[in-house]
Amino acid sequence: MANWVLHSLKRGIRTERYRESEPLPAGTTPGRPKPQRMDESAAAALAECCPTGALQVQSPGIRVDFGRCIHCQRCRGDEGLEWRQDATWATHLEGAQESLGGSFRRALHVRYLDAGACGGCMGEARLIDAPQYNLHRYGIFITSTPRDADLLLVAGPVTEALRRPLLDAYEAMPEPKRVVAMGVCAINGGVFGKSFASCGGAAEVVPVDIVIPGCPPPPRAIIEGLLLAVGRSRSAQAVEAP
Amino acid sequence: MNRFEMLQKEADTLPGVGVEHDAQGRLLFTAVPQAVPELAVWLNERAFEFATLVVEETAPGFHLVHYFFYARESGERITIEAHVGPGVGLPTISDRVHAADWHERETEDLFGVCFTGHPFLGDFVLHDEDWPENIWPMRHDFDPRASHPRGRGLDEDWRPRRLLEEQGALEFPVGPIWGDYGESGLCLLETPGEQIRLAHMRLFYKYRGIEKIAEGEPPDKALLLAERFSGNAAFAHALAFCQAIESIAGVKISERSRRLRVVCAELERMRYHMTVIADLAGSTGLAVGKAMGQELEEELLRLTETTMGHRYLFGLAVPGGLARDLPDAAITRLRTEIPSLMPRIQRFGRWLKVSSSFLDRIEEMGVLSTDDAKLYGVVGPVGRAAGREADLRRGLPYAAYDQFPPDIMVEQEGDGYARLRVFLREIEQSARLILAALGHLPSETVRTDCMAVDGNALGWVEAPAGAAFHWLKLDGDGCITRWRAGTPGFRNWHAFHRTVEGAAFQDFPIILASFGLSVAENDR
Repeated sequence: MANWVLHSLKRGIRTERYRESEPLPAGTTPGRPKPQRMDESAAAALAECCPTGALQVQSPGIRVDFGRCIHCQRCRGDEGLEWRQDATWATHLEGAQESLGGSFRRALHVRYLDAGACGGCMGEARLIDAPQYNLHRYGIFITSTPRDADLLLVAGPVTEALRRPLLDAYEAMPEPKRVVAMGVCAINGGVFGKSFASCGGAAEVVPVDIVIPGCPPPPRAIIEGLLLAVGRSRSAQAVEAP
Repeated sequence: MNRFEMLQKEADTLPGVGVEHDAQGRLLFTAVPQAVPELAVWLNERAFEFATLVVEETAPGFHLVHYFFYARESGERITIEAHVGPGVGLPTISDRVHAADWHERETEDLFGVCFTGHPFLGDFVLHDEDWPENIWPMRHDFDPRASHPRGRGLDEDWRPRRLLEEQGALEFPVGPIWGDYGESGLCLLETPGEQIRLAHMRLFYKYRGIEKIAEGEPPDKALLLAERFSGNAAFAHALAFCQAIESIAGVKISERSRRLRVVCAELERMRYHMTVIADLAGSTGLAVGKAMGQELEEELLRLTETTMGHRYLFGLAVPGGLARDLPDAAITRLRTEIPSLMPRIQRFGRWLKVSSSFLDRIEEMGVLSTDDAKLYGVVGPVGRAAGREADLRRGLPYAAYDQFPPDIMVEQEGDGYARLRVFLREIEQSARLILAALGHLPSETVRTDCMAVDGNALGWVEAPAGAAFHWLKLDGDGCITRWRAGTPGFRNWHAFHRTVEGAAFQDFPIILASFGLSVAENDR
């Protein structure tokens, strides 16, 4: 019989300290392109190589719409853009409800909902609970039922067949409630877009308050998004100019 | 005369069948629809596995149906082709080659090609409560970006069929959205109280129609879909997709990229299997085991990111090789970190194997018999745990697997414990392959020019969950006219219900976790 308690005590605390000012452990985030100043022809070439329109020409350089960037890495390289290895990506949408305050700051219950996600988002959302990240230290908990949830974490482009279940789950949540769309698919449909089978993002069905860009957003970015929902993290810019 | 020539001679005598040898070295049987079932059985009896079914619309209402078969050990490939006209059915093969069952249901739902004699057609991909009849999304006249009538299906009050008639029997729905981190899909469990007697899977809630929306797109755009429809096996599917394109273009890729593809694919497999093991520990309530598994999973993800640029290997596979070479620092890192991770993974596996409370929940649980595994054509680790010695890396080697063949890990019991042992041993095997493939890397380009136009080909890989087949057809401009992703998820979900029938309710999540299935991979 393996003595799991003993094994676990022997290993000590594996949770990593996190400060935004300090570099993240290597491999924590896929990173994303950094807006840069450059001449117009170079900027046009880069915008051309971006398959999702995340890179846009804005004189004098290139600006990045993070809501579209899927880390395809086609703009990365010697002649391409520099990438930034950060993870504070979540954005509070303009006109959305304000952060949950008061007691929610240290006790937030989250319902994860798969609305057609590829498995990448779910893989990363599962890991916010991994020892390295340890979600519970922030007072955030994953709950199984929408009736206990303060926050709905939606991943995937919202397929037609899941439109109704998503709306049902949202309506079953008690007030006050917030919706976080994680991943480019949940923001605007991503590579699937709007089609006969997909609605093209969570906002088509439920009111979205916060978006976490990324394909998929790494665990650290998801945690930042959840903290933002309770006013404990800063909101990143959705589009950054050069 | 070799076996293949003998087969060809023998097949020539079958009624209604024409035999050709095509350029890609496989046999092509052109059959009249009535001859297909006999021919499929004939192939099955000669140890040919059903690989996948591909349908293409040749003219409005006219379809060409391809049935792909392959020999598991020798790698010979045989295709049956049959033409069907409007309003004519094709006789079903699923009563005799049961692995084709879901393929036929999907074809009927998306193309409107009817399979006569099939007992359960309709309500498969397009759910009856959402979609009106007579909409065939995969036909060319269907515009995927236009708005379509919704929510006015045949039967708005769709209720699952119930078979169990015992007193007090009820149908317990799990889904379509799940608690915690389950993928969306509906599982209907029929029970008189404690024991699950029957289970019906109703999937395709996550249907995103990737094969349709890719039509008319250039391959580099469709590649984004191939990577992102099933993110936790992204590299495997992107690789199969790229191999199909390379095969159309007739391009041979460099030795370095062939080997690095093995490295990437095996690293993905290690991480995928680790996820399954962590979830299996979690499903039995072994919290420390789950945490340790997830810690290792996160370390594998970080190793993937630091060496290959993305945690899920997005943007790496391209037609003609790899998008980027691995820098020397990355290769050194893999050479040092894999050997240091392995003892920890092995120790974790040993602890799991001696935890009686954990073993009690998975031993003799969710048994998939060898007969059922064969009947349903179950692939991947789940099939291997049920005594099926099937692995495309050996049977139909691609990339550099001809030089680095894996040992096939086979167990006979087909229960949850057998699956756990297969997953654990395959991680060890993958680590061995990575180190071997990194051994003598020639220094050369990893990307060969690859321009494919006008043609069709099948690409295949042994994805982490099993055999995946991607069939592609390109037009004269190199854009996609038809893409079919035959995935291991689609194969294995088909058989899943067999293993929960007879189990107790509380075992359901454990059996599910031990299968390591992806809904996204099934639903596409």
